[in-house]
Amino acid sequence: MDRVLVVFKRLLQAMPTVFGIVVITFLLTRALPGDPAVFFAGPAATPESIAEIRTELGLDQPLPVQFGRYLNDLSRGELGASMTTGQPVIQELVTRLPASLELTLVALVLSLCIALPLGVLAATKQDSWIDQLCRFVVTAGVSLPTFFTGLLLVYIFYYLLGWAPPPLGRLDILYLSPPHVTGFYLIDALIDGDLEVFWSSLKQLALPAITLALFTLAPLARMTRAAMLQSLGSDYVRTARACGLTYPKVLRTYALRNAMLPVITTLGMVFSFSLGANVLVEKVFSWPGIGSFAIEALIASDYAAVQGFVLAMALLFVLLNLCVDLIYTLVDPRVKIDG
Amino acid sequence: MADQTDIPTAGNNTSFLAHMRYAIVSNPVTLLAMTLFSVIILTAVFGPYLVPYDPLASTSQALIPPSWQHWFGTDHLGRDVFSRVVVATRLDLTISVSAVALSFVVGTSLGGIAGFWGGWLDSTFGRLMDTIMAFPLFVLAMGIVAASGNTVQNVVIATAIINLPFYARVARAEVVVRRQAGWVQASQLAGNGPWRILFGRILPNALPPMMVQISLNMGWAILNAAGLSFIGLGVRPPTAEWGIMVAEGAGYIVSGQWWLVLFPGAALMLAVFTFNLLGDGLRDIVDPQRRT
Repeated sequence: MDRVLVVFKRLLQAMPTVFGIVVITFLLTRALPGDPAVFFAGPAATPESIAEIRTELGLDQPLPVQFGRYLNDLSRGELGASMTTGQPVIQELVTRLPASLELTLVALVLSLCIALPLGVLAATKQDSWIDQLCRFVVTAGVSLPTFFTGLLLVYIFYYLLGWAPPPLGRLDILYLSPPHVTGFYLIDALIDGDLEVFWSSLKQLALPAITLALFTLAPLARMTRAAMLQSLGSDYVRTARACGLTYPKVLRTYALRNAMLPVITTLGMVFSFSLGANVLVEKVFSWPGIGSFAIEALIASDYAAVQGFVLAMALLFVLLNLCVDLIYTLVDPRVKIDG
Repeated sequence: MADQTDIPTAGNNTSFLAHMRYAIVSNPVTLLAMTLFSVIILTAVFGPYLVPYDPLASTSQALIPPSWQHWFGTDHLGRDVFSRVVVATRLDLTISVSAVALSFVVGTSLGGIAGFWGGWLDSTFGRLMDTIMAFPLFVLAMGIVAASGNTVQNVVIATAIINLPFYARVARAEVVVRRQAGWVQASQLAGNGPWRILFGRILPNALPPMMVQISLNMGWAILNAAGLSFIGLGVRPPTAEWGIMVAEGAGYIVSGQWWLVLFPGAALMLAVFTFNLLGDGLRDIVDPQRRT
């Protein structure tokens, strides 16, 4: 029961944040330079027709009234229509979101698979070559601009070695996208039983995912190493070893479990970074996710689309942080009511 | 990251200079960072007067690989990449330094005031910072630049806003720790007003940890500004700027013209790397216990 209460409380705590996000996105997009009324009126518009459209869109109302309208629209899942494609923004976002999520999640899993062992090994064998490697990765990793690493990888693995496919989207043009189930091509292709499509989308995904993983590797490895060092130096680890437990057992059950807590906290920050870096990676690899949608919208100052994108990203981030917190409560039995 | 045993204990008689020398000798990387830092500053100041070619002049010699004549090759318009990379240093540094300075001044003042007076001021302010932090920061910067207009000035403001919470939080924490200190009370008894105590006494004392935060943030600010111009916000062509140069060269990487991307990208990386190393080094000097 306690757990359910904690989860519920945490959900309530997220509400003011969500409201703040909605207010800021609203204010941001009202300040966008392009006048949507002029855009919708088309090139042959007269001042009268522009004024008419402005009234129709509610743009002549005072800001609080506009905000009320906006909230009302939001509650119905209505984000307006994109001016460049004419499609409802919500639909654009929903169709493109799986591409971004697939990329981000694969990258994070990849980066966790490398960062955790690296951090643990660096902490257990302090000042060995693996510690030096970890230090190098950490310092170099935070200095790497994602778009630069991405292009470098394209040059090496596509142009020089020819191992990777050209950086153009999620699937080679020879293949049709698998039937839509989850929107994640890797999973959909497996469900469909089409290994060829699976292989092709995996090859397309490899370079962008590695680029993003390299970027998130540094904070995770650094945190794992620091947390492991701290828990290895603690009294309970010394006690466990004094009691005669084997070293692997102490390492796994005592040190690593406690070290996981700060690492999970860092995950939240890493999400923030990788959602931002996602935009850059999507541009480099022409990945048809919401990041490249946003870049097109930004250049066309398409206000409904930008608003929808910023809102979607912020809500996604809140959601991911919520998940991180919930995992935290599951991992740490001490977090109860006051969580 | 060095082993924890040789950290000098707090309160011994080593003077600050001796400690600094100790920190530099025990971690020669800091010395390297300082050297690189001076090179970057000198390049930013004198670079535009020393470059061999006009960074904006197009010639017919397009896409020439690096040679003795063009050290970093030429780009698709025949402009000398070396000259452009060198000249861009000043703009990139200006953007990030002014963004960090802006968010340092505003963030420290706001955080200081919130921490000093507490109460509703503090909680409102805390909420505001939480809301900013609730956005993926790069995405928020994109939104701000798009909303306020696509200019360099707005890139500076956007970068400053997304950096604000970091400074404000450090400043608030440092002020809260010192607010009840004996010397603050003494200063109050001596008849100093609250503003004078906050800005004349407490904040100067909180400067060292803030300095560390600055140099750690500087690299991040450069990365953000370059990222924004990479996606076409802020600086516009034909201006020489590292992010935009990488973006312009991106189309040529699949046909093997690597020098268009490599050199500006490497310059960017080197600058960020330098500031990160410098930040770590400064932390060793200012706060030896927080070494990781």
